[in-house]
Amino acid sequence: MSEKEDIIKVEGLTKVFNHNLVAVDHIDFSVKRGEIFGFLGPNGAGKTTTIKMLITVTRPTEGKATILGGDISKQSMDVRSAIGVVPQEYTADEDLTGIENILLCADLYGIPRSVSKKRAADLLNLVELTAFKDTRVQTFSGGMRRRLELACGLINRPKVLFLDEPTLGLDVQTRAATWNYVKMLKQQFGMTLFLTTHYLEEADALCDRIAIIDHGKIVVIGSPTELKDSLGGDIITLSIQKTQDITDLISKIEHVKEVKKENGSYMIKSSNGELTAPLIIEALRKNGHIVTKLSLTKPTLNEVYLLYTGKSMRDAEESREGVMQQRMAMARSHR
Amino acid sequence: MSEEVQYSKNKLHGLWALTNRELKKWYQQPFVFAMGIIQPILWLALLGKAMNIGNLFSASSLPPMPQLTPALTPSQLQGLGAYFASFQGTVMQSTFGTADYFSFMAMSMVAFTVVFTTAFVGMSVVWDKRLGFMNKVLSTPVSRSVIILSKVFAASIRAIFQAAIVAAIAFALGLSTGTNFTVWSIFGVFAIVFLISVGLASFFTALTLRATRMEMPQAIFQLITLPLMFASSAYFPIAQMPNWLQAIANVNPISYTIDAVRRLMVFSDGFGPLPLDFAYVGTFAVVVTAICVILSWRYLNK
Repeated sequence: MSEKEDIIKVEGLTKVFNHNLVAVDHIDFSVKRGEIFGFLGPNGAGKTTTIKMLITVTRPTEGKATILGGDISKQSMDVRSAIGVVPQEYTADEDLTGIENILLCADLYGIPRSVSKKRAADLLNLVELTAFKDTRVQTFSGGMRRRLELACGLINRPKVLFLDEPTLGLDVQTRAATWNYVKMLKQQFGMTLFLTTHYLEEADALCDRIAIIDHGKIVVIGSPTELKDSLGGDIITLSIQKTQDITDLISKIEHVKEVKKENGSYMIKSSNGELTAPLIIEALRKNGHIVTKLSLTKPTLNEVYLLYTGKSMRDAEESREGVMQQRMAMARSHR
Repeated sequence: MSEEVQYSKNKLHGLWALTNRELKKWYQQPFVFAMGIIQPILWLALLGKAMNIGNLFSASSLPPMPQLTPALTPSQLQGLGAYFASFQGTVMQSTFGTADYFSFMAMSMVAFTVVFTTAFVGMSVVWDKRLGFMNKVLSTPVSRSVIILSKVFAASIRAIFQAAIVAAIAFALGLSTGTNFTVWSIFGVFAIVFLISVGLASFFTALTLRATRMEMPQAIFQLITLPLMFASSAYFPIAQMPNWLQAIANVNPISYTIDAVRRLMVFSDGFGPLPLDFAYVGTFAVVVTAICVILSWRYLNK
């Protein structure tokens, strides 16, 4: 992946609202061609503000970003032509039908009708809305609207697609379906995707690389595996019948990084828990030990998040009041 | 996804698409459509017909004059009544320029339909912002001016259509046209109504460019429409107003629009300052639209 070119390049990007509210604070990152890049963070961390700057809707206060070589501030029209956006809100016009909404988007990109009609039909097919193309969006369910937004975002065949909280408020089934669409876009069309989410499992399931953002700053960037590995790998907890010390025995086993004895049981850190666990059992059996208890814990992004931000995702979510205050301040500065 | 298509490089692309989106919300909803013309019809039918100023001069409204009664025969009294009644036409002509008050008033309602219609353009701007539609459009290669001009044109098309309906109803209710009236007058009325519509729609759009709350355009509507109406020649000739009100009415573009519409339709004393009316309203439209477009570059991107 490292030889691939950078599609999005961000340097020192900053957004200050009202001269004092720092929503995004000097962030740097790059997204490579064909990658699914995720911005993970709690509400109010600066995810949407970052995406709004990248899609040229909000002007950065400081810093620079290029998409496909075009500067988001100076060559914004070129950037807009090359990107697709699936916003957080349901922006489709309720008074129009499914197909009318898609054709409206096509007109905004200046796509000739001869081309856009064919594309709209293909896209409706892709998002499985062909049967509802002449139905007013008013009657659409949340999942259908989300799919329609996706179809609108793809009408200009973007090189980069931005998805802001693509599964916010969706039920489990529709969320899984959305994940499949996202994966398909990468696999079938080699599209580069930039998405924001505050669902850890979503970032884990979809993203090739993740940037964890908190209080407007990127705290860590890496692939989900890398991030989890940075915690020191999987943890195997083990108890045996005899009280004899087996630390040395286990330490010699492949992938084992650390062995600790706590309250009569052993905490074993391994870079590959699935491989290590059977090896441990076999080694112990050969030496005449009987294993009474064994559990394997894989590190989750929640632990990664905890490590880098000092709080769990859930705690961060609970500080909603602070987020609302911040949002109101931002809204005020827009006026 | 490799097929390359030549996209439009026209700076105005998307203008019709966005304008038509607005218009669809109007013509596909008969209720909204009907509501838009009810208010001017009420003004026309209730105020225009009830306030029959000409009747003040009819013989029947004269009180009996006791000191003359013994000296005058009934036929002489009738003659005196007829003498006063003959003032009606003269006073109406010299004060209002029309034979009856309804014809004077109805033409100002044609212009006022435009105010009622365009004042709500701000609602759709705020609505688009709240629903996130504005952000979506801002992320596409549509020029910011086009986003604003689509609002202005959609409101103008609605306003022209509704003004035409009001004019038709005025004819049905007995509008008496002046000697200035020809078939060409109708084109002239459409032209001036188009100019004032563009000007006012731009004006109301500019006021709501930064608004994020629904209350804002409503407050503007309340605050501006009534003064705009009374500080114009809509109900009374400017010459009848106190000096301070004349000063306001004389810069109000609505006064010039109403004057043009009256001159084209109901006046009989020649076109006189008609070119000035067109020049004034045209300049207003161009200047305000330019300001609105410039503000949109500044304020649509935050």
